Amino acid sequence: MRRRRGFVFAPNLGNMRKFWDSSVGKKVVMGLTGLVLVGFVIGHMAGNLQIFMGMERYNAYAKLLQEDIIEVTWAVRIALLVSVVLHALSAWQLTRRAWAARPVDYALREAQVSTYASRTMRWGGVFLALFIVVHLGQFTLGWKWLLPEFSRGAAYGNVVLAFERPFWVVFYLVAMFFLLLHLLHGTWAVLRTLGVAKNAAEPLARRIPVIIALLVTVGFSLVPLGVALGVVR
Amino acid sequence: MSGTMNITLKVWRQAGPTALGKFEEYTARDVSPEMSFLEMLDVVNEKLVMAGKEPIAFDHDCREGICGMCGMMINGAAHGPSKLTTTCQLHMRSFKDGDQLTIEPWRAKAFPVIRDLVVDRSPLDRIIQAGGFISVATGSPQDANAIPIGKPDADESMDAAACIGCGACVAACPNASVSLFTAAKIGHLGLLPQGQPERYRRALKMVAQMDLEGFGGCTLFGECMEACPKGISIDFIKRMHGDFIWGAISERPEKAVLGSG
Amino acid sequence: MKLDAKIPSGPIQDKWDTHRFEMKLVNPANKRKYHVIVVGSGLAGASAAASMSELGYNVSCFAYQDSPRRAHSIAAQGGINAAKNYRNDGDSIWRLFYDTVKGGDFRAREANVYRLAQVSVNIIDQCVAQGVPFAREYGGLLANRSFGGAQVSRTFYARGQTGQQLLLGAYQALEKEIARGGVKMYNRHEMLDVVLVNGVARGIITRDLVTGEVEAHVADAVVLGTGGYGNVFYLSTNAQGCNVSATYRAYKKGAAFANPCYTQIHPTCIPVAGDHQSKLTLMSESLRNDGRVWVPKRKEDCGKKPSEIAEEDRDYYLERKYPSFGNLAPRDISSRAAKEACDDGRGVGPGGRGVYLDFSDAIKRLGAKEIGDRYGNLFEMYQRITDENPYEVPMRIYPASHYSMGGLWVDYNLMSTIPGLHVIGEANFSDHGANRLGASALMQGLADGYFVLPYTIGHYLASNKFEKVTSDHPEFRAAMEGVRARTARLLGINGKRSADSFHRELGKILWEKCGMARNEAGLKEALQQIPALREEFWQNLTVPGSGDSFNQQLEKAGRVADFLEFGELLCQDALHREESCGGHFREEHQEEGEAKRNDDKFAYVAAWEYTGESSAPVLHKEPLEFENVHLATRSYK
Repeated sequence: MRRRRGFVFAPNLGNMRKFWDSSVGKKVVMGLTGLVLVGFVIGHMAGNLQIFMGMERYNAYAKLLQEDIIEVTWAVRIALLVSVVLHALSAWQLTRRAWAARPVDYALREAQVSTYASRTMRWGGVFLALFIVVHLGQFTLGWKWLLPEFSRGAAYGNVVLAFERPFWVVFYLVAMFFLLLHLLHGTWAVLRTLGVAKNAAEPLARRIPVIIALLVTVGFSLVPLGVALGVVR
Repeated sequence: MSGTMNITLKVWRQAGPTALGKFEEYTARDVSPEMSFLEMLDVVNEKLVMAGKEPIAFDHDCREGICGMCGMMINGAAHGPSKLTTTCQLHMRSFKDGDQLTIEPWRAKAFPVIRDLVVDRSPLDRIIQAGGFISVATGSPQDANAIPIGKPDADESMDAAACIGCGACVAACPNASVSLFTAAKIGHLGLLPQGQPERYRRALKMVAQMDLEGFGGCTLFGECMEACPKGISIDFIKRMHGDFIWGAISERPEKAVLGSG
Repeated sequence: MKLDAKIPSGPIQDKWDTHRFEMKLVNPANKRKYHVIVVGSGLAGASAAASMSELGYNVSCFAYQDSPRRAHSIAAQGGINAAKNYRNDGDSIWRLFYDTVKGGDFRAREANVYRLAQVSVNIIDQCVAQGVPFAREYGGLLANRSFGGAQVSRTFYARGQTGQQLLLGAYQALEKEIARGGVKMYNRHEMLDVVLVNGVARGIITRDLVTGEVEAHVADAVVLGTGGYGNVFYLSTNAQGCNVSATYRAYKKGAAFANPCYTQIHPTCIPVAGDHQSKLTLMSESLRNDGRVWVPKRKEDCGKKPSEIAEEDRDYYLERKYPSFGNLAPRDISSRAAKEACDDGRGVGPGGRGVYLDFSDAIKRLGAKEIGDRYGNLFEMYQRITDENPYEVPMRIYPASHYSMGGLWVDYNLMSTIPGLHVIGEANFSDHGANRLGASALMQGLADGYFVLPYTIGHYLASNKFEKVTSDHPEFRAAMEGVRARTARLLGINGKRSADSFHRELGKILWEKCGMARNEAGLKEALQQIPALREEFWQNLTVPGSGDSFNQQLEKAGRVADFLEFGELLCQDALHREESCGGHFREEHQEEGEAKRNDDKFAYVAAWEYTGESSAPVLHKEPLEFENVHLATRSYK
C-alpha cells in the first residue's frame, strides 16, 4: 500500500542536512553512488573486452575516450570521482559510527547468516580504493614505477606489457575477487537501501546480484588471464 | 527423555554500570533436558544464594517468550542457538552433557550494563517516543469498521507489530544497529490507513532518534532477522528506508505543521 | 469501615450516563495542577495514565520492569470481547452484560458489569484508531471468533497475541504522552507503600530497583493498576515478577480486600515437568474448539503410550459429563474435571498430573493443514517446551493458576475504601464475580483505564480540597522509614533459605489446600501451616547483597513476604465462604459433583479489613442485588 499524498517536492536545507546526518541518509548516498559505480564497471568491463578484437580496435576505443569525446570522458570522470569520494566518505563515517556503537565487544559472537561478502565490505572496499589508485597510475596516469614501459596512446601495448608480469595478473585477480564480493553484497543491498526492492519470502536470497557480480568480475578477469595465457599478445 | 547433564558456564559478572566486569566460571550439575535455560540459571543461582554469594542478575519476567524482558548472548548467538526462540523458551535439550557456554549481556553503547547480564534498554522506549504511535487521544473515534483494511495489509502490519522489543536485533548486529526494531514499528503503523498522516514524519523522527541514541547503521547483514525471536523480516528495514527517503524530500518543515494545529 | 458502592440510581441502562452527567468536572485550565500517580503500566495502568495525561492531568507512572511494554497484560493470547454485534448473531450490550454476570456465577456487581458491556464497544474503536492490527477478513472488516463458551461471536483478536497488541496500543499512547511531557515514567521502580495524609491517599513510597534508593512521591490521587495475585501459588501462568505487594500494602493501610478466594485456574496449561519448574505456560483456550479431552478409563493404562490405548478404553470425560458444552465447558468446570480425573489416579505424564488434549479426530476431519492454520503457533510453542509433536501425539495439559477475580474493593467510581486510592484492572475485584469469562480481562482493563477512571478521577479531584503536602510530611517520612526498616530486616536475617524456596513451599500449600477444590479441614490446616512458614521466613531467610544496588533477591524476598501474609487471607476468605461458586469450589458444597451456590447466605462481596498484625481481619459485606439478571443455577450440562 503506497498511498502517497499529492507529490510535494519540498526538499529544504534543513531536511537535506538531516538526511545527510542520519545513518539512513548516508547509506542512501552510499547506495546511489554505488549504483553509479556499478553502471561504470559494467560499461568499463564491456569496453575492456574489445581487447580480444585486436590491437587496432582497442587502441581506437582508447583514442575515442581520450581524444574524440574527451569532454564526455571528463564529465564521467568527475561524476565517478564525486561518487567514489561520497561512497567512501559515507562508508567511513558509518563505519566509525558502527565501531563506536559497540565499545565493548563480545568475547564470542558467531556470525549466523551474514555472508562473507557482507562482512568484507569495509576492508574489501579499502583494498578496492587502493586498487583504483594503482590501476589509474598504471594505465591512465602512466606512473613509471608501476609500469616502466608505459607509453601514452598505446593502450593495448600497455595492457599486454603489464600482464606479462605474473605479479600484476595475480594482483588484478585478487582485486577482482574483492570486487566480486563487494558487488555480491552491494548490488543486492542497494535496492533494499533505497527502499525499492520487493518483499521476499527469503530476503537474504540473491540471484540477479550474483549474475551481475560474476558477469563483471569474470569479464574483467578475462583481460589479465587472456594476456597471461597468451590469447592476447 | 535422556539423562541429566553437567554444563560449564562462563558468565559475565559486573557489579554495576561503572564497575569492571569479568567472566566467572560455574558448573551447572544434573541439568535436566526438560529445564528451560533460565530455570537452569535459577538452579545455579539458588546454589550461589545458599553459599552466601550474589546470584547472577538477569532480566526475565513472563517466561513465555512475549514480554521481551529476557535476553543474553549464549555462545555467540543472541537468545542462544534455537531459531525463533527467546532465552526463556530455550530448553536445555538444545545442549549436551559437557558443553561449555559463554554467556554475555547484550553489548552496545546504547545499552549500558546495569549488572551482570542486565542492560538498560531505555533507548528503545525513546525511539517509540520519537514517533512510534498514532496521535489519537482517547475519546470517540469513528466506528472500528468505518475504514476497511485489506487482509494482506493487516496481516503484514501484524507481522511487524509482533516485535517484543527484546533488543536481540541490536545485540546480534555487528554494527549494533537498532534498525529492525525501529523499522518494525514504522512498518506496523505505516501499513495501516490510520498511520498514514504521520507516516513520513514518523520515519524521519524515529530514524533521527535511533542515531541520537548511538546505535550503528544498517549494513544489511541479516543477523538481526535471524536473531529475532519473532522472525521479523528485514523487508521492514527496506520499507523504513523508503519512508525516510520520501519524508526527506517531501515533508514540509516543522513550523508549518505546528502552525496548522 | 462502611462499604458504600455509590451505585447511581435509575434503570441499569441509564446509570452510567446519568452518573457521567452528575459527576463534577475539573476546569481544563486547572487539570495540570493535579498530580495523579499511576502504579503499573499494563492495560489498565498504561491506558489510564495516557488518557488522564491527554485530558491535561499531570501524571506519574511506575513500573517494576524496564519498560511499560513488559507488563504481563502482554501475555494474554485469546482476545477481547465487545458487544459490537458485527456478526448479526444476536449480540447486544445486554447479552454481554448477562453472560458476564452469569459467567461470574452471580457474584459480581450488576451496575459495574453493565457499564463494562457498554464501553466495550468504544474500546474496539479506540484500539483500531491507535493502529492495533486486529485480524481482518478479506473484505477488510474486522474478524471475530467465539471464545470461552460464549454462544455469540464477539471476540476480537490479533493472532494469538491480542494482549500484546492491545498493550502496545496503550503503551504507544503512553509513550506519546511521555514525549509530550504529560506523563513522567518511572521504570524499574517498585511501589512499597501507600501514604495516607489525614486518611486520604496522597502518595507512594518506591524503591528504585537499580540504585536501591527509597523515594517518596506526592500526588493528589493514587491509582493502582498492579494486576493480580495468581503468583501466590508459586506456579502460575503469571510473569515471575507479578506480585500482591502493592495491593497488599494498600490493604494494610486500610483498603478493604474483596473476595480473595476467587482465583481462576485455567484448564489448558502445559503440565509441570519437574521440580525445577518456575512457570506454567498457558495454551490458548481456543484449542478446545477442536481438541478432545480424555484420560484412560483404567489406571493401569496411564503408563502406556496414548496410541496404544484403544478408543473404548478412553474416557472423554467432558463430553460424557457435559454433553451440550462438551470440551468447551467453562474454565472452572473443565479445570475441576481434570483434577478429579487425576485425583482418581488416571492422570498422564510426569507425576500423573495431566490429561490428553487430542487433535487426531480434528486432523482426520479437517486435515493437518487446516489444523496447522488454526493452531500452528500454539503447536510450535508446545513442541518447543515439551519436545513432543502434537500432530502425532496428543498434547498433555493441566490446569494452572491464571487470574484473580478478587482484589481491592472499589465502589462504582473505582475508588477503594481509602479516599483517593483508585484501583483498576485485575487489581480490583469489581466485574468478574467468582469466575471470569474468556476474553473479558482485556476488556475490563481497558474499560477502566480508557473510559471509566478518567471520568471518575475528575469527579474525585473536583469534589475535594487538597492541602499542600510535601515529601517532608511526617506521614511520608514515617512510611519511608518503614520501608527502609523492612528492607534492612530482610537483609539482616542471614538465615539458610532463599526467598524462592519459601515461595515454592507456600505455593504448594495453597495449591493443595486452596486450589481448584477446597474443604474445611484442608483450609484449617493451611491456616496453621502458613503462619508457621512465615515465622520461619523471618528467621531463616537469606538475602545476599545490599539494599543500595540492583538486587533481585531482595525484590523477590519483599514480594514473598507479602504473599506469606496474603496467603493466609486467601485461605480465611475461602474458609468463610461456605458455598461453591465460580472459581471457588468447596467440596462440602456440591450436588452430583457440581458446584452448589448458596444465594441466601452468600450473595455478597466479602471485603476484609486489616486490623493489625496480631488480630484477625474483619469481614464487611456488600450485599449483591440482582435486579436485571435473575439468580439461576449455572448449568452447562
